[in-house]
Amino acid sequence: MSRAILGKKIGMTRIYDETGNCVPVTAIEAGPCVVVQKRTPAKHRYSAIQLGFEEVPARKLNKPRAGVFERRDLKPMRHLREVRMPPAEVDAYKVGEQVTVSIFQDTEFVDITGTSKGRGFQGVVRRYGFQGSTKTRGTHENRRHPGSIGNNEFPGRVFKGHRLPGHMGNRRVTTQNIKVVRVDEDRNVLLVRGAVPGHPGGLVLIRKAIKKS
Amino acid sequence: MRTLQEIENDYLKKEVDEFRIGDTVKVHLRVVEGEKERVQIFQGVVIRRRRGRTGASFTVRKVSYGVGVERIFPIHSPRVEKVEVVRSGRVRRSRLYFLRKLRGKAARLKDA
Repeated sequence: MSRAILGKKIGMTRIYDETGNCVPVTAIEAGPCVVVQKRTPAKHRYSAIQLGFEEVPARKLNKPRAGVFERRDLKPMRHLREVRMPPAEVDAYKVGEQVTVSIFQDTEFVDITGTSKGRGFQGVVRRYGFQGSTKTRGTHENRRHPGSIGNNEFPGRVFKGHRLPGHMGNRRVTTQNIKVVRVDEDRNVLLVRGAVPGHPGGLVLIRKAIKKS
Repeated sequence: MRTLQEIENDYLKKEVDEFRIGDTVKVHLRVVEGEKERVQIFQGVVIRRRRGRTGASFTVRKVSYGVGVERIFPIHSPRVEKVEVVRSGRVRRSRLYFLRKLRGKAARLKDA
């Protein structure tokens, strides 16, 4: 049984359920994907399937990448991602097999992985939710500063991993246990409740929720 | 690429009852009480209409036992069964917030 698919975030909207409740949803254009390669313990020392998503003209790909598809008589695709799974499940796939949203027909919850929106170089207040200082009462020039980071004699140094200003966002983020609202097989669209990491148009990997199955 | 519009289309009402800002309307609302479902009516003046697709809504104001009550209804919600125009008022602005400050006779609108 399939457990994962690649998709593209379309955007957010709100819809009404049967009882008339308003539900915030993210629409994802999911699949159809194609199994491009299989990774087996015998050959690659781990087991996974490689999924391709979004057909493109061959001229858009470089030659090594185009060759991947040509060798297997598949249509060229823009995205390739591997999904780890136990060998028994990998065996169930055939190279060239299609994976569509219908795999989520009976799924209640999914985990979605994407690249979060880039926020650039951010200070400690925005990045980690530090409180900052009061605006008044004698505060001079350090209203959004992190405060003391290493003290004096003890410990006399800055601990590793201390939260400091730096780049925020634009990294791989997985949101777990997102509720599936609707699976639209005709349109290859998945509607899930709430937000999903990344920009509209961003590539996302949708997997069955590991904590709910 | 699929668009949000075509997905939202599934959730829009085919026909939306016509009404304008300043109209006095009866909103027929489906209410679920325990097991039973019945239709409740909320009557008042439309003081605001927000455009949008699935998110479109309107606000109805009435004065109930001397207390101003405003309810916001999503236009495309299946719970809003019908919007019936009782009387049309002549207004020149799109947001009738000025009605909140007015009481009794002053809070009437001229008929359109």
